[in-house]
Amino acid sequence: MVKNIKLIAVVFLVIVSFFILLKGLNKTNNYSPNLNSSKIDFNFKAKFLYSDEESTLYELINDKDFSIINIWASWCLPCREEHSFLLNLKSLDKLNIIGINYKDNEINAKKFIKELGNPYSKIVVDPSGVNSIELGAYGVPETILINNNSKTILKKYIGPLDDKKLAELKMIIKNEN
Amino acid sequence: MKIKILVLTIFYLIVSFNLSYAANSEKVDQISKNLRCLICQGQSVYDSQSDFALSMKILIQNKIDEGKNDEQIYDFLKSKYGEWIVYDPEINKNTVLLWVLPLILFVFGGILILRKVSIK
Repeated sequence: MVKNIKLIAVVFLVIVSFFILLKGLNKTNNYSPNLNSSKIDFNFKAKFLYSDEESTLYELINDKDFSIINIWASWCLPCREEHSFLLNLKSLDKLNIIGINYKDNEINAKKFIKELGNPYSKIVVDPSGVNSIELGAYGVPETILINNNSKTILKKYIGPLDDKKLAELKMIIKNEN
Repeated sequence: MKIKILVLTIFYLIVSFNLSYAANSEKVDQISKNLRCLICQGQSVYDSQSDFALSMKILIQNKIDEGKNDEQIYDFLKSKYGEWIVYDPEINKNTVLLWVLPLILFVFGGILILRKVSIK
């Protein structure tokens, strides 16, 4: 009888842990931070790609209702793919698109823009990657939608934009007003 | 004699400069060992050579040069990337089990051993 109880206990434990692990399989391990917890420091300073002047993020996003901050690099292949989506977004007139050129060679960056078109109203460079870290970014490409009036992050995409994300971005901008 | 003094002074300056630099980068190593490289699998920022980690090390160096202490740097990064970036989890309601469970197991094990011993 005692032996039986032991066997049942073991079987029970195995079954329970099996289901716990099975449930764990469906859970994604990719960590993405809480939007509310990642605040943007608007005093962040960077140099423009096309001139030697410097500007703070505060000045960059000042003139319209919404801003998209897009982190890109000429060496980044997914950035090439998402470029057409950014060009598409350019047609929205409530929106500023600010490019942050991440760890890039300036000549290559300019070539990239010349070749594929310029969706950005302003481009700043981030040769050491420090500015992107200050924005709470992970790498390239990354897109952050900001409400300029409330200075809050509305949406953050890690990885290239696609049709679905584009539609979602447009929805958010439309619904916010 | 003068030349000797000059050479010695220069030597001293170079050595002291190197030492202070080494002390500084040691600090960066120390801090980055406690930070999780978020885009890598199971590596610390210190171990990783990814773009993310390299930038992070520059940022830490900058913050140290600005005169920030360790706590301020960790807090800054936590505010950007969340609690997950530091290896040492704080005690809150999500992590309390993590902290308490080893203690419970330790006590439980102790009781088991004591019982075994006293039976004999």
